[in-house]
Amino acid sequence: MSSDVLLQARGIGKRYGAGCEACAELTGPQAGVNRCPRCGTVHALCDVSFDLHEGEILGIVGESGSGKSTLVQCLYFDVDASEGELRLRGEADGENLFDLPRSRKRRVRGRLMGMVYQNPLRGLRMDITSGANVAEKLLEADVFNFRRIRDRAAELLASTEIPAGYLDAFPRSLSGGMQQRIQIAKALANNPPLVLLDEVTSGLDVSVQARVLDLIRELQRERGMSMIVVSHDMGVIRLLADRTLVLKNGRVVERGLTDQILEDPQHPYSQLLVHSTL
Amino acid sequence: MGYVAVQGGITAIENSQKLNRYLRLRGSSAPLTVTQIIEQMGPLVDRVMSEGGLYSPFHAALAVKQASGDPIEASFLLRAYRSTLRRLVDSLPVRTDRMRIQRRISSAFKTIPGGQVLGSTSDYEQRILDFSLASETEEARYEAVRDLEHAMEQEDVPGAESMDPERFRKVVDLLRDQGLVPPAPPVNAGEPTDITQESAELPMDRSGRLQMLARAETGGVLALAYSSMRGYGQIHPTIGELRVGHVRVRIPHPFRPGQAVTLGSVVVTEVEIVASAERREEEEKPGFTLGYGACFGHNEVKAISMAVLDRSMKTDEPHAPAEDQEFVLLHTDGIESSGFCSHFKLPHYVTFQADLDRLRTLQAVAAMGSDE
Amino acid sequence: MKLDDLVPPRSSPYNFAFLDEGAKREIRRALLKAVAIPGHQVPFASPELPIARGWGTGGLQVTMSLIGPQDVLKIIDQGCDGSVNAVNLRKLLVATTGVRTTYDSREATLLQSRHRLPEIPMQEGQIAVLQVPLPEPLRLVEPSEVETRRMHADGDYARMWVSLYEDVVQNGAISLASGYPCRVNDSYIMSPSPIPRWDIRRLNQSRQLTLLGAGREKRVYAVPPYTSVQPLEFEDMPFTVEDFSGMSCVRCGSTDTFLDEIYDEATGTSFRACSDTGYCDLVRSGQVASPAERDSGRVPAEAAGE
Repeated sequence: MSSDVLLQARGIGKRYGAGCEACAELTGPQAGVNRCPRCGTVHALCDVSFDLHEGEILGIVGESGSGKSTLVQCLYFDVDASEGELRLRGEADGENLFDLPRSRKRRVRGRLMGMVYQNPLRGLRMDITSGANVAEKLLEADVFNFRRIRDRAAELLASTEIPAGYLDAFPRSLSGGMQQRIQIAKALANNPPLVLLDEVTSGLDVSVQARVLDLIRELQRERGMSMIVVSHDMGVIRLLADRTLVLKNGRVVERGLTDQILEDPQHPYSQLLVHSTL
Repeated sequence: MGYVAVQGGITAIENSQKLNRYLRLRGSSAPLTVTQIIEQMGPLVDRVMSEGGLYSPFHAALAVKQASGDPIEASFLLRAYRSTLRRLVDSLPVRTDRMRIQRRISSAFKTIPGGQVLGSTSDYEQRILDFSLASETEEARYEAVRDLEHAMEQEDVPGAESMDPERFRKVVDLLRDQGLVPPAPPVNAGEPTDITQESAELPMDRSGRLQMLARAETGGVLALAYSSMRGYGQIHPTIGELRVGHVRVRIPHPFRPGQAVTLGSVVVTEVEIVASAERREEEEKPGFTLGYGACFGHNEVKAISMAVLDRSMKTDEPHAPAEDQEFVLLHTDGIESSGFCSHFKLPHYVTFQADLDRLRTLQAVAAMGSDE
Repeated sequence: MKLDDLVPPRSSPYNFAFLDEGAKREIRRALLKAVAIPGHQVPFASPELPIARGWGTGGLQVTMSLIGPQDVLKIIDQGCDGSVNAVNLRKLLVATTGVRTTYDSREATLLQSRHRLPEIPMQEGQIAVLQVPLPEPLRLVEPSEVETRRMHADGDYARMWVSLYEDVVQNGAISLASGYPCRVNDSYIMSPSPIPRWDIRRLNQSRQLTLLGAGREKRVYAVPPYTSVQPLEFEDMPFTVEDFSGMSCVRCGSTDTFLDEIYDEATGTSFRACSDTGYCDLVRSGQVASPAERDSGRVPAEAAGE
């Protein structure tokens, strides 16, 4: 791994089913399907590789069925990849993180990754306070000092522009935009070098979207962490991402600087996406 | 000062036990005989055998007498007795398809091979209190039995061949023949779990689940099955077949390989329910799903409830209590649940003292907080 | 030929210590595994006993599987030998073993207890057997057994800690009283059984072996001698024990034991007395001269010679 590459992904694949010899030919962007008509195996992801550099924001764009959410779930160990290698600089002596036992994976992601889900129900526990949600991340990283936890949670919520009084409020009584901010605060709790954002603004009102996106951009500028931003919306990608991967039916069809893809998309599918952008 | 003397505990217990005995024995009635209980309280004896996990009407009736009729207490006595008995041998699997039928019905079909045999059931009894039972004399009893036996002799009763087990083909087998139910799994696919000898872990395999249900408390199993029937679950069961009768208990011959010896027979209630159709991945076409229940003695409510729960626990994604095998299996054993319930009567003054101390601390903290 | 002819006769209706040898072996195997993995719950096929579930069958089975004719047995409940349940269990064990019993914890080789540890620190060679109603400390945050097993396997205790955080936010302090969750050997989180906070320190780096049995839930676990047992606490909110400052035992005068609150009908007031009645008696009769002597672990000559 070259010195400024934070994360290296090679040949990541995720399939549901055993697979057969015909799968490669009968599924993918050319065929336009994820599901093999012969054996019924669904290929959510196939042979996805990329490098993520320090301080970089990588965009992943595609429509439903493209595999973009599956990719991020594999990176966050929510889902077990069927194959592939994942390496984080400085971790596990350069071993493939997918091979680590479950308990070690949990520790890696607790310390080094933050995740924001599209649906706050997935990323937050509604039965505990906002502060407790952030605290959970700190406790996973063995911060066992009550005052420190409390102060840090308050600080993080403040940095995501959540009013101070909401530290002990329950997320379910707050708006969608607020819930996403709590998720962001939680994701940043341990100053991770990598933050994953999966369709974080897709469920929100347009004006709220804009503010959350601004917040994300600002936080990244201040703190310099690497990010992977998943969206079906080219507008979001344009706003945030330095480089972009375009996924279709589980595979990468185009990659490059975001500006270049927007100005001069090569693959027909990228062209379709770009030209459909409002 | 009033400190409890160390000897006080022993005396209190012994006196309590004397009181128990006194309450059971005093009075003007003649002592119940074990035979009376076996003969005149069959369902209670059957229930105790089932929940005690030991088939022996004599011991179950004795337990009922000792427990003064409390079914859970009696089952506890029987189960504790069971654990002192040595295990000699495992029987061959019992053949319920060769049952000597006492009762056999199906709600799924109007007519079934061998016919519907109503048998003895309280299903159609009118629940009107019969005050004549308060003054049943020995003479009246003798006459009633004689009259009933006479009436039975007059009946045009079908011959022995009509009750030949071979005639009563299982309804489930009929459904299988027509491809309406998936084929039966291979016989002897491994050893069944024995929950009394191994520590069975959750999630439990089906043999373990059925064994736990077989000794579960009737009320508990009924309540959970009822919740499923009422809508906390999507089973929609139909009774494919309900059978009550004697089945032979056979063991491999101790020194003649390949042969079997019959030890005797036991009464068993067996229910197979047919539940909602679904299409499972491995099969080509949709089919009915089945639920199975069986227990010692004649206890239909329990067997039906078992079958419903067997089916409802088969789901991979439980949404209702009756579908969650942890919920069902961990909360329906009468001996465990009543024991834990009763344990709250034990002294808890040290733990309570700890709670009191904690509360005082929290109150002090709250007071400090409001002073600021 | 009859079935009876095939089976050798038994000399007495019940085996020594009631359980049959096969059951005892299975329990001992589970106990060995438990000792090898401190704080980890080991499942066992807990057989039925004439004592009701929830009333100490787990502790009883552990004792039954270990006890031999040479053992000296002490049984307490809430710290007291005369408490009804202790009396009952003692009756059963003595009836099936004939072993000598004692109220002096220093003499006991096996000490079975419900919800307390003795005030006199136990020594090497002694075994404490604790009765456990609910062995799973994570039940506080998770009802499913399958899920709590996974949490232990993954060392995933975040939700437990979060509940402690919320507790402090709500109540100003951790409100858990007895049965306080502890980290054993820097590894598993364990429930020490419903002993008061007072007794937790008697587990940490103890000289005795402590075995914990949950019969109804069918689990055993263990704290071997010289093992660390740390109650879960935030660094800046140290774990505290029950506060008896200003109080003393009316019987023996001790000011450093766990005290029961007792209402005296005659006078209409409440007074305090040692929960550990065996210790209280020793102090009253002068057999333990001072707390220093108690804590030193030396056994006086008379007690050892009996």
